[in-house]
Amino acid sequence: MKCIAFIQTKGGQATKASLEAAGFAAGIGEAVAVVSGDLDGDGGLGSVGIQRVLQGAGDLDDSQLGRLVSAAAEHEGASLVVCAQDHLGKSIAGRVAVRMNAGLIAGVTVAPDGDNYTRNVFSGKATAQVKGATDNLVITTTPNAIGMPAASGATASIEAFDTELGERKVDILEAASPSTGGRAPLPEAELVVSAGRGMKGPENWGLIEDLADAVGATTACSRPVSDIGWRPHHEHVGQTGIAIRPNLYIAVGISGAIQHLAGVNGSKVIVVINKDPEAPFFKAADYGIVGDAFDVVPKLTEAFKAL
Amino acid sequence: MVSCFFKGGKVTARNACMPPFRNGSGSGINFAASKDDFYSFTFTVQGMEFLVCISKAPDTTTRIAFTDGDTRFNEEGVQFIVNPYDEWYALVRALEIVEAQGGKVVIAAVGGADCDPILRKALAIGAHEAVRIDAEPQDAMQVAAEIAAYAKGQSFDAILCGKETIDHNSSAVPAMIAEHLDVPCIALATSLDYADGKAVMTRETALGIEKISVGGSFVLSAAKGMAEQRIPNMRGIMAARTKPLQVVAAQGAAPGTRIERFALPAEKAGVKLVDAENPAELVRLLREEAKVI
Repeated sequence: MKCIAFIQTKGGQATKASLEAAGFAAGIGEAVAVVSGDLDGDGGLGSVGIQRVLQGAGDLDDSQLGRLVSAAAEHEGASLVVCAQDHLGKSIAGRVAVRMNAGLIAGVTVAPDGDNYTRNVFSGKATAQVKGATDNLVITTTPNAIGMPAASGATASIEAFDTELGERKVDILEAASPSTGGRAPLPEAELVVSAGRGMKGPENWGLIEDLADAVGATTACSRPVSDIGWRPHHEHVGQTGIAIRPNLYIAVGISGAIQHLAGVNGSKVIVVINKDPEAPFFKAADYGIVGDAFDVVPKLTEAFKAL
Repeated sequence: MVSCFFKGGKVTARNACMPPFRNGSGSGINFAASKDDFYSFTFTVQGMEFLVCISKAPDTTTRIAFTDGDTRFNEEGVQFIVNPYDEWYALVRALEIVEAQGGKVVIAAVGGADCDPILRKALAIGAHEAVRIDAEPQDAMQVAAEIAAYAKGQSFDAILCGKETIDHNSSAVPAMIAEHLDVPCIALATSLDYADGKAVMTRETALGIEKISVGGSFVLSAAKGMAEQRIPNMRGIMAARTKPLQVVAAQGAAPGTRIERFALPAEKAGVKLVDAENPAELVRLLREEAKVI
């Protein structure tokens, strides 16, 4: 089967989530990548199984990107389009699906089993096996779930790809750095340190930030903490905030309500630090420390720094 | 190309009959000449019309179970709510803007009569009218096609959705609606305001935080930060009983996917506790046993 992998680039390199999507596509069939704008070399795509890259115009809005990707699929005779279920994927996968009259299976978490695709449903409380019901299909892959394909060191060839894209309708007035600073954005982060009401007040978050710095993690928080304004909304992880699936999730002073677990139970390893041994979060954890965060966290930070 | 869908940029019958200075606050019309059509002009619209798409979802505390050989969600004993992203963020922000500028908020759901209670709930929070498109949708493709078909015959300034539903989590419907209607889709927006007749939004992407503007009509998916949850008061609940809830026939759009089987995740093996006096042991386990650092 021929497929198209839509790739987001940053500084000319494919993002990690996009490389995962490209590897996923290359595992299904002959995959051709589509990028918008500048590339540094082949952007790292040859190494994950892509042989050809179609390079379209840069500085496109979501509607134009949808046209670029569906035109590339038509050009290549591809019946499957794959991209990452990140911010951009959520903006354009649906557009491509409508343009190609294709079913959309969003947020796939493992390699397909034949034509069965597995994705999370009910905010991570369950999974579903889904099949396409149309000739064409669009798949988005959940960041940090599929895993990175082994790097082959190969190089992809680049071809300019021109198509009618229509006019740009969205104007960017200002752009600023991500709110996570130098850290990975939460949906894609591999390491996350999170804290809840057990921290007693926003003035104590220095302890959490020190731990996150020592681990190299992105910081997050529980819903009550963002609702009472101790931390910004964009740090709220859980069923009604951001769903995450890092390799390591360290939760400090979070009891583990079902809504919180729903957003974080995709984490590969969960560490819970809580002074209440009865906190429900321990049941969902791999490792735990029963103890006062104000004693444990500084010691843990020192232990990470000693690595 | 959609001709009669949104009102932005063109004089529609509704605007022409009902000039948007009816609330008496003065300069209602901004005669901004369009580049390509010199006799069309835009309004600084004081009467905004929003369509807010809402979905029925199981309450966030629901323990999930399946039936019919794990092919169907077991709804027995489940309490259903308005999908939180639709209610807390999209609906409330639309209401805030209409309260400040005039206009109305229409809510739409695609579903059977079992959706009526959540439509009444959204009316109690403050929406003015409800529309239920009578279908039993199987996937996002079907929902988006039905919403778009309904919206095409109306004149909304914007269509607001939550960023995802908490049952299917696809985040697919907003972009699909936008493509059907050939308008921009601003996914995962955390704010929406109007300035000089243009919608201004913020969103955070992998590349950073963007402040963006759209001149015409658009579809938006709302993420946390856009508004705060509102609890309906008794007056709202009473008023909701008599607000219009229109049931319209579906177009009969087909789904693009089929769910074969559901499964529950494997239980964790059990927590390994580490002595609070020895966090270095935890670091050793994470490195040597779990191999995550």
